[in-house]
Amino acid sequence: MTTTSPPTSGRPGADPSTIIEVSHVTKTFVSPDGSPLPVLDDISLDLREGEIVALLGRSGSGKSTLLRCIAGLIAPTAGEVSYRGQALNGANPGVAMVFQSFALLPWLTVRQNVEIGLEALGIEPRERRERAERAIDTIGLDGFESAYPKELSGGMRQRVGFARALVVEPDALLMDEPFSALDVLTAQNLRAELLRLWQQKDFPTKAMLIVTHNIEEAVILADRIFVLGANPGRIRTEITCGFPQPRNRHDESFAALVDQIYGLMTGRDTRPPAHIWTQAAPGEGSPIDTPLPQASVGGMAGLLEILVAHGGREDLPKLAHELTFEVDDLLPLVDAAQVLGLAEVDDADLHVTDDGRTFVAADILESKQIFARRARERAPLVRAICNALHTTKDGNLGEGFFLDLLRRGFSEDEARQQLRIAIDWGRYGELFDFDANSGQLALDHSSAQPGI
Amino acid sequence: MAVRQTLPVREVLRGRHISWVDVVVGAAIIAILYEVVHLGQSLAVNFTPGRTPVVISTDISNVPYYAARSLLRMFIALALSTVFTLVYGTAAARLRRAEKVLVPILDVLQSIPILVFLPVALTFFIKVFPNNLLGLELASIFVIFTSQAWNMTFSFYHSLIAQPTELDEAARMYRLTKWQRFWKLDVPSSMIGLVWNMMMSMGGGWFFLTASEAVTVFIKGKGISESLPGMGSYMAAAVAHGSYMQVTIAIVVMVILVVGTNFFVFRPLVAWSDKFRLESSESADKPKSVVLDILQRSSVPKLAGRLSRPVGRALDRITRPFGLAEYPLRTDPRKRQVGDVIFWSVIFAVSAAVAVIGLIYLNSHLGFARFPSLIEFGLATFARVVVLLCISTLIWVPVGVKIGLSPKLSRFAQPVVQVLASFPAILLFPFATLIFIDLGIPLDYGAIVLMMLGAQWYILFNVIAGASSIPNDLREMMVTMRLTRGQRWRQVILPAIFPAYVTGGITAAGGAWNASIVAELVSWHHHTLNAYGLGNYIATASIQGKFALLIAGGIVMSAFVVLVNRLLWRRLYAMAESRFTL
Repeated sequence: MTTTSPPTSGRPGADPSTIIEVSHVTKTFVSPDGSPLPVLDDISLDLREGEIVALLGRSGSGKSTLLRCIAGLIAPTAGEVSYRGQALNGANPGVAMVFQSFALLPWLTVRQNVEIGLEALGIEPRERRERAERAIDTIGLDGFESAYPKELSGGMRQRVGFARALVVEPDALLMDEPFSALDVLTAQNLRAELLRLWQQKDFPTKAMLIVTHNIEEAVILADRIFVLGANPGRIRTEITCGFPQPRNRHDESFAALVDQIYGLMTGRDTRPPAHIWTQAAPGEGSPIDTPLPQASVGGMAGLLEILVAHGGREDLPKLAHELTFEVDDLLPLVDAAQVLGLAEVDDADLHVTDDGRTFVAADILESKQIFARRARERAPLVRAICNALHTTKDGNLGEGFFLDLLRRGFSEDEARQQLRIAIDWGRYGELFDFDANSGQLALDHSSAQPGI
Repeated sequence: MAVRQTLPVREVLRGRHISWVDVVVGAAIIAILYEVVHLGQSLAVNFTPGRTPVVISTDISNVPYYAARSLLRMFIALALSTVFTLVYGTAAARLRRAEKVLVPILDVLQSIPILVFLPVALTFFIKVFPNNLLGLELASIFVIFTSQAWNMTFSFYHSLIAQPTELDEAARMYRLTKWQRFWKLDVPSSMIGLVWNMMMSMGGGWFFLTASEAVTVFIKGKGISESLPGMGSYMAAAVAHGSYMQVTIAIVVMVILVVGTNFFVFRPLVAWSDKFRLESSESADKPKSVVLDILQRSSVPKLAGRLSRPVGRALDRITRPFGLAEYPLRTDPRKRQVGDVIFWSVIFAVSAAVAVIGLIYLNSHLGFARFPSLIEFGLATFARVVVLLCISTLIWVPVGVKIGLSPKLSRFAQPVVQVLASFPAILLFPFATLIFIDLGIPLDYGAIVLMMLGAQWYILFNVIAGASSIPNDLREMMVTMRLTRGQRWRQVILPAIFPAYVTGGITAAGGAWNASIVAELVSWHHHTLNAYGLGNYIATASIQGKFALLIAGGIVMSAFVVLVNRLLWRRLYAMAESRFTL
């Protein structure tokens, strides 16, 4: 039922069932020092009538940026997005969007929020009211018409978001992580409702495009899944997902597909781009092309402990499920463990290495030493900082020095984040210290001295 | 159906009983409307400066009328400030090129001592309305406006800039028209800051109201004292007569005005604006207002809704041709560059021309050799500002912390202090002057006290706010860890109140510079006291009608304010934000 194929690019247009076509879209932001920061790299895809498409990727894969290009909210640097054959030069006229943070206006009631798109279209008050009423009923909000968003739970708020989008009867519905701000049960419930609406014969919207980092969500909803790789975002794989609805997550082939995608997203790609940093051998790579994962040392250590408690080997989807972690929460920890050589991923299974076992078993000082050694050897930014500090006379350098270096490959925020992670790691390993007042990094001579 | 829509009142009359609330609210609205119409007629009285001076009677029976006139002036200025804010703020936030010019201009405007505007405005408006009291009236309103508008505009501009991206995206995605975006998103999302700053502006405005009602007008180089009917001029007349009784009355009435507008207008507005809070969760301590509760229980909101709906619809239709709140994704970079070049050339040419004209004017009327002495004057006033800040800090930080740490005290004290901060300290000057004369204290020192009378409250007000926001956990920690008194202050309290203290300090310093213009030259009956300082220099220049001196003084004072802000306050503020924010 499932086929995996290499990314398709730029199919010939003129297909009347094609609603949105993205052809060779590249988006490049400019870093603070003027060098280009590619976010999307040559993306081509299309959205056809009658299908749900998922854009699946980790944070940093540019999936939200891609969605905003498709919505006509931002302009691609190169390439083109067209709606029904018309190239976009402004907000996409045929779509409505559901936002991760709901984006409701808190000073308007539920009904006024739902009516806003109709009002913008200049529809007469009476018709506006009737249509809003119908949308509110359909989405299960009746009785809440005159409530204000802040009186509602997250799930009900997102229902308002859906009602507001669907009431304008868009050709295609765009969704930006619509369920990720909700708790697991509410998200499941709302997903099911959405599918129920989608399967109704008179549902006016002809296609849906959802951005998500939740693998199961993508497999439950989508007919086609585009898996995006990061740095810069590119389509790694297009997966056609043909299970009949409703899909059963305990089904064997379902689980197999989830496993397969997990494998893809932990970097076990058959054709890994050279600079996917989890693939870099120890001692290789520069701080720019191999960014540190956004993981705290404590989080990574906790993951290793759980892994050891599970006998040293566990299926990633199961682990995520058990911890009620989402991919975006879990994978950076996995990345960190991998880069330090404390754990390895293989067939969507995470297993602890011998060093990992020693790390978990050791007492606090010993585990710090192991961590310090590993971080110096294998995390390029940590190594670079240590080396630079050693070359100075007094073992002191301002953070500006490192930020300047990082800005060549990262945006301002990312550069600061990278340095923050490195400082966190360096402090934990007592490799170097950072004085927030003076902004100075310094070699840690006074190891094992409790801070005040 | 159709009938009911055109006859909104019927529904109200049929649907429910008219309660006592409706009667009270209705009576209040009628009274206000009557007063406004009545006062409006008296604004444009014919007069010729110098020939038929408006006589300010010190008769007590006139006080309500004067109070109403002052109040009307304040609200007209506030309305103008609001309109200015919405237009200027939107332009600065939405027009890429305009932003680069409008924001710095605003920054300069807010550092100019406001009383410098007064003689300039007087001359201008009396020229425009030569035989009408309207000129004086507009000049006064303009000065109040300059004291109110800048911070409101900054607040609105910052709200627009900081608008959540996804709301911006939703507005574009759902194809709102320009007007819909402004009215449904831009204004509501800025409402809390806007209303708060309106309240603060109104508080600050009383000072300039009292200072701008009794003025000296220059006709052909001759200075003539003129007065507008109002509490400020009543006060001036009372002082000229040397009547304690009338001065006291003026002070009491002023307190009533300040407290009254707060209670009847701004508390309700602040409480109402809370519904525009952007965070999706309810705030813990919602501002409350009795007046708002009564209003909301009356039929006013319903009626207002019914009446305004057709207006809203009409506005929607009228503004539709202006198009969507959307911009093309791609613009021709060549066109853009050409536009930039033209824009900046024009800006450069205009500012160069203004600078050259200004320099020539100053050089011919005054000569640059005067500037060093101006700086000496400025240093004297600066010293006063520093001293008063130190004294205020030493007195009010301990008191404020004491109050702020006790929830009971701070609930009671905060509104009181706010009134004290809004009360125009200028009204107390006569008493203080009298004391100085009696005790033989030279104004060189006395002026510090006068400037402090108004400025100190900002420090107290903010310290209370800062101390009361110290989380309970930290307070309990201080107790359970048995911190010594010194430790508590050094390690918990002072760092915790630091951001609030800096805010108070900036405001207090700004207020003190402004106050120096009226504090370094005071009089009572036939006595006049002078202090050595820039405020005295500016006050003298404006009494003598020497514009060049006035402008030079204003420039130097602005320079002092800007320099101290840049070198001290902004750094402290940045430090407070990065290190001491709880």
